[in-house]
Amino acid sequence: LRKNVEDFTGPRERSDLGFVTFDITADILNGKNGLQTFWNKNALIIFDWNVKQLFLYLSAEYSTKNNALNQVVLWDKIMLRGDNPRLSLKDMKSKYFFFDDGNGLKGNRNITLTLSWNVVPNAGILPLVTGSGHVSVPFPDTYETTKSY
Amino acid sequence: LCWPRSGGIRGGGAMDLFGDLRRMNKRQLYYQVLNFAMIVSSALMIWKGLIVVTGSESPIVVVLSGSMEPAFHRGDLLFLTNFYDDPIRAGEIVVFKVEGRDIPIVHRVIKVHEKGNGNVKFLTKGDNNEVDDRGLYKEGQNWLEKKDVVGRARGFLPYVGMVTIIMNDYPKFKYALLAVMGAYVLLKRES
Repeated sequence: LRKNVEDFTGPRERSDLGFVTFDITADILNGKNGLQTFWNKNALIIFDWNVKQLFLYLSAEYSTKNNALNQVVLWDKIMLRGDNPRLSLKDMKSKYFFFDDGNGLKGNRNITLTLSWNVVPNAGILPLVTGSGHVSVPFPDTYETTKSY
Repeated sequence: LCWPRSGGIRGGGAMDLFGDLRRMNKRQLYYQVLNFAMIVSSALMIWKGLIVVTGSESPIVVVLSGSMEPAFHRGDLLFLTNFYDDPIRAGEIVVFKVEGRDIPIVHRVIKVHEKGNGNVKFLTKGDNNEVDDRGLYKEGQNWLEKKDVVGRARGFLPYVGMVTIIMNDYPKFKYALLAVMGAYVLLKRES
């Protein structure tokens, strides 16, 4: 997971708004040959016979003075069974506004971006899985007034 | 005086025979009714037991709208838990009720702000919707709280809930189904 912080503009309703652009390189392994890879103990089978789709989302987690824990989903994608399981997205902008509840983004050095996914089966349990590998993003101490998003 | 035994047909006149049959049917009828009542009570007990075990007031819900497609479609069944200690985290699928509305909504949590003391507020959005759920909340309400949550979706079965939707939309079907079930239970004889 690689990312690139741009800038963040002034508050709307007195809340901090952050802008992040990021690259995602992920490899969610696929059991391509069905039976063959089933017996391969090294391959992690995510898309098995009972998986209808994966709901992937990139979330930013951080702490502020106001709130001990904040989580904001910046981007999501639905990956259906049969879609290419290797993601290589560059220069993505966040799909959703990254508003904080308050002014906690300014000068916040430790925003962790993680890729997670919800496995939706054909029938059965709905697990939430967090991908390995996460990135820390620091936000600058000043507000940016020009919009270069 | 001779007492007629159940199941026995004594010789000696048509009136006696009818008397026997009428008594036999009444007893069997009561027996069948009791059987039926036991089935209903057991079902209710299982439901209450599920409520206790899962901590949710409604542990099984039917998806009514297409706002979570393609994951869930109208008619799918969802199994919920609502343990008090389970934290609310981004990405989870929650079923919540908006104040003043009866019908619970199934959507995904996209924002969480939690204070040190455990106080949490969160925002939801349907996967298939363009915008978040603020338009669905009460007038002036911007966030949901733990008290609005009916449960978290932990498992799901497709299509099975269609029966309840059909029964809701076509009440005649519901009455017909109940009549058939009632007749079956009352008339079925144990061999």
